[in-house]
Amino acid sequence: MDGLLHQLISGIASGGIYASVALALVMIYQATHHVNFAQGEMAMFSTYIALTLIQAGVPYWAAFCITVPISFAMGAVIQRVLMEPLAKAPILASVGVFIGLLLMFNSVAGWIFTYTLKPFPTPFGEGKPLFGGFISRHELGSTAITLVVLLSIWAFFRFTRLGLAMRAAAFNPVSSRLVGVPVNKMLALGWGLAASIGAIAGMMVAPVIFLDPNMMAGVLLYAFAGALLGGITNPLGAVIGGFIVGIIENLGGAYVVGTELKLTTALFIIVVVLTVKPAGLFGKTVVSRV
Amino acid sequence: MKRRSLLATAGAALAAAPLARALADTVVGVTATEIKIGNIMPYSGPASAYGAIGHGHVAFFKRLNEQGGVGGRKVNFITLDDGYSPPKTVEQARRLVEQEQVAFLFNPLGTPNNSAIQKYMNQKKVPHIFLSTGADKWGDPEHFPWTMGWQPSYRTEAQIYAKYIMKNKPAAKVVVLYQNDDFGKDYLIGLKDGFGKDYAKYVLKEFSFEVTDATIDSQAVSMQATGADTIVTAATPKFAAQMIRKVADMNWKPLHFLTNVSASVGAVITPAGPEKAVGIITSAYAKDPTDPTWDKDAGMIEWRAFMKKYLPDADLTDGGYVFSYGVCTTLLQVLKQCGTDFSRENIIKQAASLKNLVVPTLLPGVIVSTSATNFHPIRQMQLSKWSGKTWELFGDIIEGTGA
Amino acid sequence: MNPTLSRVFPWLFFAAAAVLPLLFASDYRLFQLTMVVVYAVAVLGLNLLTGYNGQVSLGNGAFYAIGAYTTAILMDKFGVPYWATLPFSALVCAGVGFLIGLPALRLGGMYLALTTFALAVATPQLLKYKLFEGWTGGVQGIVIDKPDAPFGLPLNPDQWLYLFCLLVGGVLFLAASNMVRGRIGRAMRAIRDQPTAAEAMGIDIAMFKTRTFATSALFTGISGSLGAITIQFVAPDAFGVPLSLTFFVGMVVGGGASIAGAIMGALFIQFVPNIAEEVSKAAPGAVYGLILIGFMFLLPGGLASLLRLLNGKRA
Repeated sequence: MDGLLHQLISGIASGGIYASVALALVMIYQATHHVNFAQGEMAMFSTYIALTLIQAGVPYWAAFCITVPISFAMGAVIQRVLMEPLAKAPILASVGVFIGLLLMFNSVAGWIFTYTLKPFPTPFGEGKPLFGGFISRHELGSTAITLVVLLSIWAFFRFTRLGLAMRAAAFNPVSSRLVGVPVNKMLALGWGLAASIGAIAGMMVAPVIFLDPNMMAGVLLYAFAGALLGGITNPLGAVIGGFIVGIIENLGGAYVVGTELKLTTALFIIVVVLTVKPAGLFGKTVVSRV
Repeated sequence: MKRRSLLATAGAALAAAPLARALADTVVGVTATEIKIGNIMPYSGPASAYGAIGHGHVAFFKRLNEQGGVGGRKVNFITLDDGYSPPKTVEQARRLVEQEQVAFLFNPLGTPNNSAIQKYMNQKKVPHIFLSTGADKWGDPEHFPWTMGWQPSYRTEAQIYAKYIMKNKPAAKVVVLYQNDDFGKDYLIGLKDGFGKDYAKYVLKEFSFEVTDATIDSQAVSMQATGADTIVTAATPKFAAQMIRKVADMNWKPLHFLTNVSASVGAVITPAGPEKAVGIITSAYAKDPTDPTWDKDAGMIEWRAFMKKYLPDADLTDGGYVFSYGVCTTLLQVLKQCGTDFSRENIIKQAASLKNLVVPTLLPGVIVSTSATNFHPIRQMQLSKWSGKTWELFGDIIEGTGA
Repeated sequence: MNPTLSRVFPWLFFAAAAVLPLLFASDYRLFQLTMVVVYAVAVLGLNLLTGYNGQVSLGNGAFYAIGAYTTAILMDKFGVPYWATLPFSALVCAGVGFLIGLPALRLGGMYLALTTFALAVATPQLLKYKLFEGWTGGVQGIVIDKPDAPFGLPLNPDQWLYLFCLLVGGVLFLAASNMVRGRIGRAMRAIRDQPTAAEAMGIDIAMFKTRTFATSALFTGISGSLGAITIQFVAPDAFGVPLSLTFFVGMVVGGGASIAGAIMGALFIQFVPNIAEEVSKAAPGAVYGLILIGFMFLLPGGLASLLRLLNGKRA
């Protein structure tokens, strides 16, 4: 029974990683109604910025606080320069740009920062791991950060006028413009926030899986899965989805199908859940107009 | 240079040597002043980390040319990107052989990529030598007389671990962590060779992971739960570093064998935590650029001077550059042995006639030797143990079977 | 262009594509052009599903893989001649496509995109699975032989293979073009643009969507078969996410919902990476990404929108 418990704890720890990235995906979806495939690579790039600062002698939290606004600016600029001119273009053109960004961030990061694996510091202390070594201090700390971010997003969308305006701008740009919402500013803001959350996720993930230009490739799939399971319209759902994926991945791999079919299992579960609940476990079904 | 062969029958066209050689005694890819060498690397795509090897080659031949070249000729080194995608490798190989008319292909990277072009290269009778992959199948002169590997095969290395375990820890209970691709599977085969009929007695269970996975934590937990006391890890750097750290974090103290692919101090041990890796055993054939043991070593001083002058911005912890220097030095010896005859037949013949070549970046005692029946240039390795600061070599140089 | 010319033009293009390369292209260039034909069919398959029918798929590489493996296994294990593997591959892929199309019915927009992305990620793992290893060759893949020209035709294998692929591709392009022009095509687009209205007009959405999935899989699968014969090698790690993204890029650059766009998209994914590496060996991916973004900027509707401009009419 010990083994099961350990797998469970270990699954929660990995789930925390997926949840934090899933949250960034939900953010961009809420704010723009797109899923940005370059999100993971942007987060990786932000993490390198943070590492560069830390290596230059900037204390961790100061580097953290500098990286987040830099990432915000990066996101907002990308929206302004790349996405806004394509606002009226077919949706496929936006996807083309996302793929282009993905390739560029990955390649440029390798070029500037090299492909050598780099350790990334944790702010939560390197001390002895907890629960018999199955969850590190960092994993516990980063889960707490994810929850704080989640709470802030929820409060932001729920209680602030800005949050409401952002949701409106994404949901129905034309009507929003008519009632005086500055839609383009809202979209830029959304991109900025998503990039910031991505940066935080990157800084939380990197100490666990180490930093290299391909860091996010593996995480992104499971984050997608988490967001899909939980519902891409619901931040809380995405976080819960991320944890569920982490747990299922660990238990399934260890006890049910073996590691050789782990990915296939993840795929299967996504399909089954979405077939039963098309908007995810906690998502709202979007009713579209005729 | 267009070859029209509407009249040629299909079979003849396949076997036909390029026109240039059929016409006269001119040698393909070689002029009075130049030797054309082709190479394929993943500069883009998922394996772009290995692009460093190609950049190392370019620098090496730049130096060679500055020093006057070889056999009275300069090297024209053409390296192309395949994005680690086998279809692209085929395209680039054909471009090099048919369009650029290179003398031979040197050190293309990747097991699936080289598998895709091996048959083509042998049909065209173009040397396909010193490949960047540790698969065992490249040393098969009987069926593929134009293809030759370079580094010790993964399979040989796994055999060495199995033999060590049977000799020194006969009661060992072994678990294996392997990457679910050609690299990881070769270790499983090697362990099966090494343990022979006792495989089931020693190995409790094998655990796989995908390169696309985020972590191997779950596998590590399961491995510990089996009650094993010995691990063999066949994983690329990111997962190897995770494994080392997780094993230490779980307070598990098994005897840990680590593939030499991930033995880099800079790229694996330092990120994982040097204190967490104490006691890990690997087997090496080359010197680690990040290991202080070699700070005053003549070979590595030579390598550092080369890097400083020709690749001043490069990351010196990247083992790709050391690998590149070693394999290029081997090729240089082949070209020297060719004298002035750079025909394809002579190049493969000389590649198969290396005698006890000492390469500056290889471990003391590890030599490069080939023969007409032995297409495994490096077969020797030495075990080494991580002390907390450096890899400490122990035991004798071990000769792999090279089968 | 006047209507007659635009009717004749595809035939002229096909004839030129069949003759000119044989006369002027080296074997290496022929190989590249063969790959363009292979990719064009794959991009066309994706375009039917995503461009015409609005079902975004990031996992069509899976169908390509199934097609490639079907051909490779039949040739390697059962000694079936290369041309005879195509109907099998079409059947298998259409079947798998139909089955995947069923749950896809329930998934809208982004959900479908991400689920098919997961399919692309999982494909290599499935191909390696040990139960199938006896057939698939596991991680080592399968090496197959290159076909010679039949009936004593005076062609070398590269020339014959190019013609063979071009012929198969031509038939598929003709079929697709007839399909999208007719009733079926109108229904596909109606479902994409106005699903509720389409349903009200009596279109059986579920049937159309799953059949489109099957058709897309069939096209992509045959493309995979042709690709396997051309490359003479299949291995699991060649069929991951990058492949599916490549097809997607081909469709987007060529232009959604365009038959001719598929050919232009295929030219892009075959040749632009070569240009990118000419520009920079240090970061070819960055150059490729930049060119791609630039294309989207200049031609958000893809290269096909240029054609439409020239044609002076809306497709």
